[in-house]
Amino acid sequence: MSTASTPGVVREAAGGPVKTGPSGPAARAGSGTRTAYLLYVAGKLAGAVVSLFAVLVTSFFLFRVISRDPIRTMTQGVPTSAAQLATLRHQFGLDLPMWQQFTNYCGDALTGDLGTSYQFHAPVGQLILEKVPATLLLTGVAVLIYSALGLWLGTRSAWHNGGLGDRFNTGLALTLWSIPGFWLGLLLIIVFSVGMGPIPGIFPTGGMSSGDSSGFGYVLDVAHHMVLPVITLVAVGYAQTLLVMRSSLLDEMGSDYLTTARAKGLRDDLVRRRHAVPNALLPTVTMVFINVGFVAGGSILVETVFSWPGLGQLFYQALSVPDLPLVQGLFVVFAGAMILMNLLADLLYPLLDPRVGR
Amino acid sequence: MVHSSPRTPRLPVRLRSRFRLLMGSGAAAAALVAASVIPFGPLAPAPQQAQAADSGGKKVLTVAVSQSVDSLSPFLAQSLVSTSVLRLGYEFLTNYDPKDAHTVPGFATAWKTSPDKLTWTFTIRNNSKWSDGVQATAADAAWTFNKMMSDPNAATANGSFTANFKKVTAPDPATLVIQLKKPQATMLALDVPIVPKHIWEKVTDFSKFNNDKSFPIVGNGPFVITDFKVDQYIKLKPNKSFWRGAPKFDELDFRYYKDQDAAVAALQKGEVSFVSNLTPAQATALKTTDNIKVNDAPGRRFYALATNPGAKAKNGEKMGNGNPALLDPAVRKALFESVDINTIIDKVFQGHAAKGEGYIPPRFSSYFWKPSDTQRIPFDPAKAAQTLQQAGYKKSGGKLLGKNGKPLNLRILCHATDPNDKAVGKYLQEWWAKLGIGLKVDCLDNVGDPWLAGDYDLAIDGWSVNPDPDYVLSIHTCDALPATPKDSPATDNFICDKQYDALYKKQAAEYDPAKRADLVKQMESRLYDTGYMNVMAYPNAVEAYRTDQIKSITTMPEAAGNIWGQDGYWSWWSAVPADSSSDSSGGSSSTGLIIGIVAVVVIAGGLGLFVMMRRRSTAEDRE
Repeated sequence: MSTASTPGVVREAAGGPVKTGPSGPAARAGSGTRTAYLLYVAGKLAGAVVSLFAVLVTSFFLFRVISRDPIRTMTQGVPTSAAQLATLRHQFGLDLPMWQQFTNYCGDALTGDLGTSYQFHAPVGQLILEKVPATLLLTGVAVLIYSALGLWLGTRSAWHNGGLGDRFNTGLALTLWSIPGFWLGLLLIIVFSVGMGPIPGIFPTGGMSSGDSSGFGYVLDVAHHMVLPVITLVAVGYAQTLLVMRSSLLDEMGSDYLTTARAKGLRDDLVRRRHAVPNALLPTVTMVFINVGFVAGGSILVETVFSWPGLGQLFYQALSVPDLPLVQGLFVVFAGAMILMNLLADLLYPLLDPRVGR
Repeated sequence: MVHSSPRTPRLPVRLRSRFRLLMGSGAAAAALVAASVIPFGPLAPAPQQAQAADSGGKKVLTVAVSQSVDSLSPFLAQSLVSTSVLRLGYEFLTNYDPKDAHTVPGFATAWKTSPDKLTWTFTIRNNSKWSDGVQATAADAAWTFNKMMSDPNAATANGSFTANFKKVTAPDPATLVIQLKKPQATMLALDVPIVPKHIWEKVTDFSKFNNDKSFPIVGNGPFVITDFKVDQYIKLKPNKSFWRGAPKFDELDFRYYKDQDAAVAALQKGEVSFVSNLTPAQATALKTTDNIKVNDAPGRRFYALATNPGAKAKNGEKMGNGNPALLDPAVRKALFESVDINTIIDKVFQGHAAKGEGYIPPRFSSYFWKPSDTQRIPFDPAKAAQTLQQAGYKKSGGKLLGKNGKPLNLRILCHATDPNDKAVGKYLQEWWAKLGIGLKVDCLDNVGDPWLAGDYDLAIDGWSVNPDPDYVLSIHTCDALPATPKDSPATDNFICDKQYDALYKKQAAEYDPAKRADLVKQMESRLYDTGYMNVMAYPNAVEAYRTDQIKSITTMPEAAGNIWGQDGYWSWWSAVPADSSSDSSGGSSSTGLIIGIVAVVVIAGGLGLFVMMRRRSTAEDRE
């Protein structure tokens, strides 16, 4: 609750009336608020740093249980002599004692070096950076669309609670949410890529581009390849935003300030957009930030079905070997993205609701 | 002024405008998607239309692949996709004939050995040039082998081929001399790409150089690798000066489809020309599709049941926890007598496999061996029960009791990634239960760890066999065992049999093909008799291609064989484009262009509409 006093108002206090002003309690209160906010920010930043370090340490030991001898697992089925295996182990530092591997890993990670991929013989950081644009493009656009769609439909559903539109919207969203993304993706490929009956196959079956275009043609080519995976991600993802927005707006709808707004003669549309929705946004903003955090991870199944060369597909590829440095690196990146987004959401809360952080 | 309750503070104006911006962006993006789904019937490429041509009239052969390229360096590459692509870009000393896999010339045109079998002299062809115009000579081959011998990092992928080399020299441009430490029968099966010395001698660290930054890659194979994007595509162009003659397609593309169903959809649509590793269901569906030919041919793999022979290291230390009951030949024989291979072929592989016999598949006719009627273990469940009874095993309450008096329960290790393994496991459970033997089916994503530690009773095993069988034979020698339990083994199944080893050493030094083949067959016979490996099936290579894009293509073996993963470059080098006047790629890109233009128009419209709606509020609405 806001504690800011109105300037110029004389309040009763112990010791008689006190005139508030720039140097009065209000100012002190303002200063206290700033201090409280700074402490709040410092606490959140410290928490994020500790979490990130915990992720770094956990990732090293967690993935060591996947395979006792990743090099032998990696080369299984491939004619490999004992000398070749020894060379590979030496190349990747696996012939060192575990404690030395750990200290090397931590030291390198602090300098931004996430190691060398077993299967690609390339720096993990470079491999991840190469895939980031594709993932940000696909999941970024999808999150943007389904957040906007969820907010809009959630608002409409709540405002017309119990109506036919509300029931249809929530029913459809929940149905799509229940459908496995990879299955829906395959269905879309069969219908809109291969073509079915009168429906022509107009979209590519997979990939990010045809590989033979450049300039603006390349942009259009990528957009063309994006359509089906984006539709898939949006279809299975927008329900979450819709339901959160709907329930938080329903909570607001009985509030006195809305009655006041209506009593002033404001249009229903304005009451909703300018009064109800902004106050119902807080829980939805949290979820949007979490979704944005997930953007970094891409979508393993959808990226695999549509052969989209992003981080999700890379993670799947890394796990199938298992390529420990790559798995560790991706784990740190995914977890780091979530930590960063949570931190941003935490830092934004006090701006959205001054009661937070005091 | 906007009235808001102090209990419910309003969003700051800046944030509200950002929220609107977000909504606007969302609307725009949604408009993009909406625009894109407008059907352009007449403009879309008709399904199942050939796409072996692009707007320039180029004939493009597109192959769907899923496995990632680990490296384009011949010194590092180990994945099948990588080695298959490198086979197209570089020549090997020798090649395998597509008819029956006998040795034919490659980088070398002729070869001879010294009487002591320790020196091989290869004559290097004089009509092969690197794709940058430089003449390819014996010096390139000598440099390639010497680099592998002197730099462990350069031996990462193919070091096993040069481990027995003593010295390699090139006395003149047309002569390559290789001296060996001991006789080596695999000298005409050196699957090592020869690289151009003038390019590769600039490389400093072979462990990190992936040969994927500078294109086109200089080589002297039938194709030149011109472009590569990780997990997106690999592009190759024909080497017009290839000594055997240039390939007939204008371009060869390997395009990535990480999902097999999506790859099949791409084939049906005509986006790709060829798809491999089809499931029985996919093959059945494609057989009835126009313009698609399913190639269901004998494969190069065996699919076997392996039993733990009591895993040990070379130093004699025991490894793992294999069930000692399996050390009894009677138990192993009874288990194999209960396996109905016909059912496995019909029900699990749905007919896309041949019945298992010896260790090496029948397509390698020189080395194929099968047990005689007296030697063969037939499917006979009644006899299996009898075998166990005669060996002194008793049943109690339907359970077979081991020598220790406890019910006999076994575990089988299998691959979770292979649906066939799980199905076979279920059948074995059912069949062996009739003998009173319990079976736990452990299908894991990572079978490597328990397998290499010897922590298994039985395992479903399988290998692809090369035209020269040396490697698949070597993994059952005592030499392949780990030095100590802590070391990593090269062994497949911990088999160590002196008789088998003696035969292996003999064949490794036998240069006469017929005599060597005879020794190999003796090894297969011995392996069969030890009863630790039971080959159940030879899975077929099931693949499909579009006949409206590929007129003809060479399989290996030519009579009936695979197209993908050949021991040579025959399939893609020999492929002849179908006569097609279609221009589908162009169609596809024009469709994309029109969709893009319409999308832009709709986005602009959507944004305009959005702005208009925002400005619709009248003066009385503004407070």
